[in-house]
Amino acid sequence: MNDTALQYLLAAALVLPLLGALGALLPPPPGLRGRSPEQAVLRHGVTVTGAVLVLTVVLAAGFDRGHPARMQATTDLDWIPALRIHLHLGVDGISLPLLVLTALLTFLCALYSYFHPPVPQDGPAPSPKGFVALLLLLEAGTLATFAVLDLMLFFLAFETVLIPMYFLIARWGGGNRERSALRFIVYTLLGSVVMLLGLLLIGIKAGTFDMVALATDNGSHLSHTVQVTAVLAIGLGLAVKAPMWPLHSWLPDAHTAAPTVGSVLLAGVLLKMGTYGLVRIALPMAPGGMHTFAPYLAAFAVVGIVYGSLACLSLALRGNGGDLKRLIAYSSVGHMGFVLLGIASLTRTGVNGALFANIAHGLITGLLFFLVGALKDRYGSSDLDHLAGRTGAALYGRAPRLGGLVALGAVASLGLPGLAGFWGEMLAMFGAFEPGAGLSRPAYVTFTAVAAFGTLLTAAYLLTVVRRVCMGDRDTATAQPALADIRGYEFAAWTPLAALTVLAGLWPAALLGLTDPAVRSLFGGS
Amino acid sequence: MTGPGAVALAAPQLTQSVDWTALAPAVIPAALAVVVLVADLFLPPRRKQVLTWITVAGLALALLSLIPLRAGRHATFCLAHAAGCSYTADRFTLVLQVLVLGGALLTALLSAHAVEELPAGEFWFLLLSSACGAALLPASRDLITLIVALEVTTLPSFALVGLRRGDRMSSEAALKFFLTSVTATAVSLLGISFVYAATGSLHMDTVAAHLGSEPGQLHTLAKAGAALTLVGFAFKLAVAPFHFWVPDTYAGAPLPVAAYLSVVGKAAGFSGLILLTALAFHPYASTWGPAMGVLAALTMSVGNVGALRQRPDAERGAVRLLAWSSIGQAGYLLVPLAAESAHRAPGRHVGTTVAYALMYAVVNLGAFAVAALVSRTAPQGRLTDYRGLYARRPAAALALAFFLLCLAGLPPGVIGLFAKVAVFSTAVDAQHGWLAVIMAVNVVIALVYYLRWTALLFGRPEGAAEGAVPGARADALPGARPGAQADASGARSGALGAQAGTSGAQVGALAEPASLAADGAAVAVRTPFGLTAAIALAAVGGLVLSGAPQIVLRYAQGVLL
Repeated sequence: MNDTALQYLLAAALVLPLLGALGALLPPPPGLRGRSPEQAVLRHGVTVTGAVLVLTVVLAAGFDRGHPARMQATTDLDWIPALRIHLHLGVDGISLPLLVLTALLTFLCALYSYFHPPVPQDGPAPSPKGFVALLLLLEAGTLATFAVLDLMLFFLAFETVLIPMYFLIARWGGGNRERSALRFIVYTLLGSVVMLLGLLLIGIKAGTFDMVALATDNGSHLSHTVQVTAVLAIGLGLAVKAPMWPLHSWLPDAHTAAPTVGSVLLAGVLLKMGTYGLVRIALPMAPGGMHTFAPYLAAFAVVGIVYGSLACLSLALRGNGGDLKRLIAYSSVGHMGFVLLGIASLTRTGVNGALFANIAHGLITGLLFFLVGALKDRYGSSDLDHLAGRTGAALYGRAPRLGGLVALGAVASLGLPGLAGFWGEMLAMFGAFEPGAGLSRPAYVTFTAVAAFGTLLTAAYLLTVVRRVCMGDRDTATAQPALADIRGYEFAAWTPLAALTVLAGLWPAALLGLTDPAVRSLFGGS
Repeated sequence: MTGPGAVALAAPQLTQSVDWTALAPAVIPAALAVVVLVADLFLPPRRKQVLTWITVAGLALALLSLIPLRAGRHATFCLAHAAGCSYTADRFTLVLQVLVLGGALLTALLSAHAVEELPAGEFWFLLLSSACGAALLPASRDLITLIVALEVTTLPSFALVGLRRGDRMSSEAALKFFLTSVTATAVSLLGISFVYAATGSLHMDTVAAHLGSEPGQLHTLAKAGAALTLVGFAFKLAVAPFHFWVPDTYAGAPLPVAAYLSVVGKAAGFSGLILLTALAFHPYASTWGPAMGVLAALTMSVGNVGALRQRPDAERGAVRLLAWSSIGQAGYLLVPLAAESAHRAPGRHVGTTVAYALMYAVVNLGAFAVAALVSRTAPQGRLTDYRGLYARRPAAALALAFFLLCLAGLPPGVIGLFAKVAVFSTAVDAQHGWLAVIMAVNVVIALVYYLRWTALLFGRPEGAAEGAVPGARADALPGARPGAQADASGARSGALGAQAGTSGAQVGALAEPASLAADGAAVAVRTPFGLTAAIALAAVGGLVLSGAPQIVLRYAQGVLL
């Protein structure tokens, strides 16, 4: 397929959700009214996200896999000359998988919501109109984050997701939702405004906001002081989003309060924006600054790994009243720690691992949040002690398919070889074991050792969860009323994630073949 | 309007040719003010509405009179041989005249219904006089014209604030405003007299040329003069620590007047400040620059913290919140002026202030217009009155949400975001990192209260009674027959169009076929046309700017003055 067609595909994939969001607010046209306005608007959501998914898949199919380091499907239009902002879009091997992941997860969320409309925990449900509009706006923002090649547009896209996610949590969430939503948006906004200062500093000093030009430059036009300041500001903003310990404290609350769909997208896509920004902006544009901060980033990353795992372990143990959603949220802190460690190694291996772990975490954690949401619907609570009772919930017996899928998600998350979770974390640790030139080897070896210990802890808490949720005694397994096993729509929404988890685990080259050449060009090599 | 310099030197040429085209934007409102005042005498009370449309048409005419001035630079009231004109219509002047006249027009639209409780003739006369001053101010290039224009802007405002007869709050507000303003003028005049004494001129470019090279013994005098003049303007602009009068004045004034003060009054004051800093006192940039930075930081922090502390159930809380937030926004407007001092060429960054002010004018007037709409059914103006507005008036609620997000600077308020980005980039460019960081924190604080308000709009209405407004929530009934559903949604879109069409064309198109149904469904008070038009204009303006931010941001590029 030629580049012009790809270019239109990419532009359409960004514009379509925006138009869809507007359309969701208007009354449905005659002929598309459906059974009820609710049904019509939810179906509208499925249609639009489905169309976007098709667009991105066609885009991926038309992508020239022989040159993944080259920006493809590029559009470059002058938008705001006064601020030197261009509508510059394009994809390469780093952003393409993330685009497809975003479109896929959003589509699955819309599909799931069609059959299982979101309802806040207390009180009547607000009209699903708003829900669909926000979901589509969120999709537009996330897709744009991965597709834009202008620093200011990146900031715009980065900010676009805040409002929809805030309202998704505050309106359709449960528990302490308004507080959690406010905390989410205040933390991330503070981060992103600080990031803006860094982006402006780079843009003003280098005289352009064009990400391709800046990346090709490799920071040669920026003094060391500017690079250090810029990476500090940009890194802080992205670290809040990623999230990096100790800036993660918004995450567990937001996840616990968010509706299932919100959690899936928050963990599956939104967190990736932080790490993607580090790889796309900080790494190539200010390598000197990145070099200065890499050891600190690595140190915080491994602390995050251990901290996340310990928090999960304490939530998983009996009698602690641990909430499963909270547990998965903390596990994200740990997993994103591996991603950050991979980036901080400043090696090709590490960054490839980070990008792989990004995708893997999106698939696996998305699946896990769906599953926990389903458990919460069935049991009315995601409290592990409530679920497991004294002996365990015995899902293998009560709902074997659901139990099996929970077990699959858990072992994939703990990094079992052969599943997606394995490669990313292994490569990240490999990268950290032999860090880039000029970084202290002993320090990084220590970090690697601590991270490896973290994988043990990860295995410990996930196996505990499996034991307590999937296993149990015979009486629980045959208890009445019977627990509904996976329903048709749940099957449809979860199978793609499970299948891709297995596929990425068995055939990592499909992904690494895309990212590796692009990563090589990030480091200025060819 | 003639500078005293011109009077003194008038000997060689007794008559002066006056460029009336250049003067038209300021003269039309003035002439119109007289027309309205006279017409008021002869109109029976029932027909007073005519005055509204005369005013609106006149302001639109004044806006149109700017078109022939687009090209080039027009100056009038010039000195015979020396350089220096008192009135100049250049790019800067035109942009600000568009702002103040457009702002006055929107104010006129949104006060069309409020005038019923106020003496109409006086109201329109005062509004037009003030608009005349505000249009004159950015064009003035000597210090006396500047002060006269400023007084023409503010003097009618006192009366406007206190126009609600028999209202204690209103008179108290007017008195507070009057006292601060008179003090400010006195201080400014003292400062100007010092500057005149030190430089021997009142024309801004001459002052700029003489400042810094004045005789040694006059050095302190000149500096003190500049400082005093600026302090006077800081008072008028409600720059912290001279901001205390704003919340009470806004809350006590009739709502359209508060809107006018927060946008046109502020824009006029800022144009004066820009002229003073970038033109007249530019040689002292190293002195006032850092001071301006400190004031900016202080103002935005005070304003935003004040807004954050507003209790949602306080009476007139909505206007108070907008008042505090306008102080915060004034802080952002000062940032480019602080950055200005770092540049050797004058006028490099002031354009960003102008661009931000344009954005702020559109969305802030829009927010005030929706507040005026809500205050018709909930006269106490508490923030809690906005709870569930989306269920009652979806279009108005969406418009207000959009305005608030523009003020907060978050998408979908794209223009707000880029206006802030432009301000940030001046601070980063001038290496005022500390100011940028303080502003970043302030943006986050501001988000909290804007978002709290936005979230209220979509919250559940209080009590079941409000939740059952016909039409508005008809789509929440799950089991209704399809036909009934279609009717209900038709009625809803009709009601929507009748109440306040924000996305003008679409909603309007929907409203037409269902207008009969709307008559049955719209139980709420009919919204006056003026309000609808004001909200729609502001919303369309905001949307257009969000799509093409270049329209205002081009002023942030290059030298404006």
